[in-house]
Amino acid sequence: MKASATAMPESPEPGQSPGKDAWRRLRRNRLALAGGIVLIVLAALCTFGPIFSQSYQEIHLDLGATPPSRAHWLGTDDLGRDLFSRILLGGRISIMVGLVATFVALIIGVAYGAIAGFVGGKLDALMMRVVDILYALPFTIFVILLMVFFGRNIFLLFVAIGAVEWLTMARIVRGQVLSIKKMEYIEAARTLGLGRRRIIFRHIIPNVLGPVIVYTTLTIPAVMLLEAFLSFLGLGVQPPMSSWGVLIKDGADKMEEFWWLLVFPGGIFSLTLFSLNFLGDGLRDALDVRAAKD
Amino acid sequence: MLRFIGRRVLQSIPVMLIIITGTFFMQRFVPGGPFTAERAVTPEVQRNLDAYYHLNDPLWKQYVDYLWDLCPKRFHPAALADGPDLKAAFGIDFRPSFKYPNRTVNEIIAEKLPVSLELGIYSLGVALVLGITLGVLAAVKRNTWVDYVASSAAMTGICVPTFVLGPLLVLAFAIHLSWFNASGWYSPIDRVLPCLTLGSVYAAYIARLTRGGLLEVLSQDYIRTARAKGASEPRVIVRHALRGGLLPVVSFLGPATAGILTGSFVIETIFQIPGLGREFVNSAFNRDYTLVLGTVILYAGLIVATNLAADIVQVMLNPKLKFE
Repeated sequence: MKASATAMPESPEPGQSPGKDAWRRLRRNRLALAGGIVLIVLAALCTFGPIFSQSYQEIHLDLGATPPSRAHWLGTDDLGRDLFSRILLGGRISIMVGLVATFVALIIGVAYGAIAGFVGGKLDALMMRVVDILYALPFTIFVILLMVFFGRNIFLLFVAIGAVEWLTMARIVRGQVLSIKKMEYIEAARTLGLGRRRIIFRHIIPNVLGPVIVYTTLTIPAVMLLEAFLSFLGLGVQPPMSSWGVLIKDGADKMEEFWWLLVFPGGIFSLTLFSLNFLGDGLRDALDVRAAKD
Repeated sequence: MLRFIGRRVLQSIPVMLIIITGTFFMQRFVPGGPFTAERAVTPEVQRNLDAYYHLNDPLWKQYVDYLWDLCPKRFHPAALADGPDLKAAFGIDFRPSFKYPNRTVNEIIAEKLPVSLELGIYSLGVALVLGITLGVLAAVKRNTWVDYVASSAAMTGICVPTFVLGPLLVLAFAIHLSWFNASGWYSPIDRVLPCLTLGSVYAAYIARLTRGGLLEVLSQDYIRTARAKGASEPRVIVRHALRGGLLPVVSFLGPATAGILTGSFVIETIFQIPGLGREFVNSAFNRDYTLVLGTVILYAGLIVATNLAADIVQVMLNPKLKFE
C-alpha cells in the first residue's frame, strides 16, 4: 500500500515502451523487489536443493528429534530426518500446486472472460449470471467433499483448486475486454482497415495482460493457502509426499516438545506468502492496474 | 427496495438447489458408503438398515423425498428458544444420522451449532473491532509511524495463516506462559485464543479496507464543510467520514462470514472445540450421507443469507447501487 506512494508519480520519459516503464517503476519498489528475490531464491533452493541433500532424507531413529545445530541447521524431526531438506522437498510440492492450480485457473478464467467480453450480448449476460451463481457457492466445502470422496489424489487437488479460483479472473478479463472494445484506438484501428485478428492480438490482448499478470501473482498465494489448509485437515497432499501444509500440521501436533518443527515450516510458508503479496502489490502499482484486487 | 430484496431472495433459491443436488448425487456416485468401513453384517441386518434409510428406493425417489423433508412446513420461531432445532421450528427434517445410531442430524446440529456460532460471532467481533480501529488509526495518521505499524500488522495478519498463528499462540501463551488452556471450550477464557486466531485474518483485511475507504472519503468536500463549521476531529471521523468510509467493509462482510465459517473447521481442530465444523469434516470421512448433507445445507444457507444481508445493507447505505 505505502509502496504506491513511492512508485507512482514518475512520468515516463519520452519514447519508453509501457513494458520498460513498468519495469522501471517495479525496480524502484524495494519491498516488491525483495519479494521477487526471496521467491527466486526459495524456488531455486526447493528445485535444486533436494538433489544435493539426498542423505538427509533418510530416517535415523537413533538420532530422533534434535533442536537446530551446526549439522542440522533447522533441527531434525522425531524420525531423525533433517528439517531443512524436508522443508525444501515440501516446498517443491507447495510451489508446484501453487503454479499448476493457478495455471488451470488462468486458462479457464481468461478463456471464459474473453469469450463473454468479445461476444457480448445475450451470451455474455448468460455467462456472467452463471459466474454470479457460482460465486455464491461455498467452494471450500465442495473442495473438502471432493478430496474426501475421490481419494486424496494430487491431480484432483490441482483441478479442484483451479476450478475454484477462476471466477474472479473471468470477471476481470471480461471487464477489461468490454472497456477496451469501446476505446477510441480500437475504433481507429478498425477505420484503418485492420483485420479482426490483428485487432485482437495487437491491441486488445496486450492491454488485458496487465491485470491478468497482477491477478495471477495474487492468485498463487491464495492457492497455496488453500492447499495448506486442506493438507492441515489431512485432505491434501498425502505421505510419503509432503508439502508445507503437511509439515505445519506435523509441527503443530508435536510443538509441545519440538517447537522448531512448527516454527520453521510456518515461518518459511509465511515468508513466501509475504513475498508473493508484496510482489503482487508492486506489480499492480507498476502496471497501474486498479480493479485487480478484490 | 422491496423489489430488490425480493429479487435477491429468489436468486438464492437456485443456488441452494444446486448445492443440495450437487452434494446429494456426488456422495452417491462415488465408491464406498457409510457401511463399508464397518464389520460385515448379516444380510438380514443389511436389509433392515437399507430399509430404515430407504436405500432400496430408486435414487430419484430418495432425492425427491429428501427435498420434500427439507421444505419448511410450519412456522414456530418461538421453538428456537429451546435450542436451534429446525424441525420443531420450521418442520425441516434432516433425517437420522448414519453413523450415530438413534440420533437425528437435527439433534446433532442443535447440539453443535451453538458452539460454532459462538466462535464465529466472537471472531467476527474481534475482526470488526480490531480491523476498524487499526484502519481508522492508519488513515487518520497517514504516512506516520502509526500508519506504518498498523499497515504492517495488517499485512502480517494476511500472510500468517490461521493454522500457523493458532499453534504459535498456543505455544507462546498456553504452553510457555500458561495464561490459557491449550485446548477445550469450557470457561469464558477458553474463547480468547480461538477467536483471536480466527478473527485476525479478517481484521487485517478490514483494516486495509477501512484505511482505503476512509482516505477516499476524507478528501471530499463535505468533510471540509464539516470541519469548517467547527466539528471536532473525532466527530468528523465518526459521524461524517466513517459512514461512507465503511462501505467497502460492509461489502466484505459476506465473504468474511463465509471465510470464518470454513475457517472454523481448522480452528476447531487446533483447539479441540466440539463444534459443527469438526463434525462436518468427520462426517465426510465417515460418509455419513445425511450428516454431510445437513451440515453442507446449513453452512450454505448461512453463507447465502449473510451475502444477502450484506447486499441489502449495502444498497441501503448507497442507493445508487440499486439501479446497477
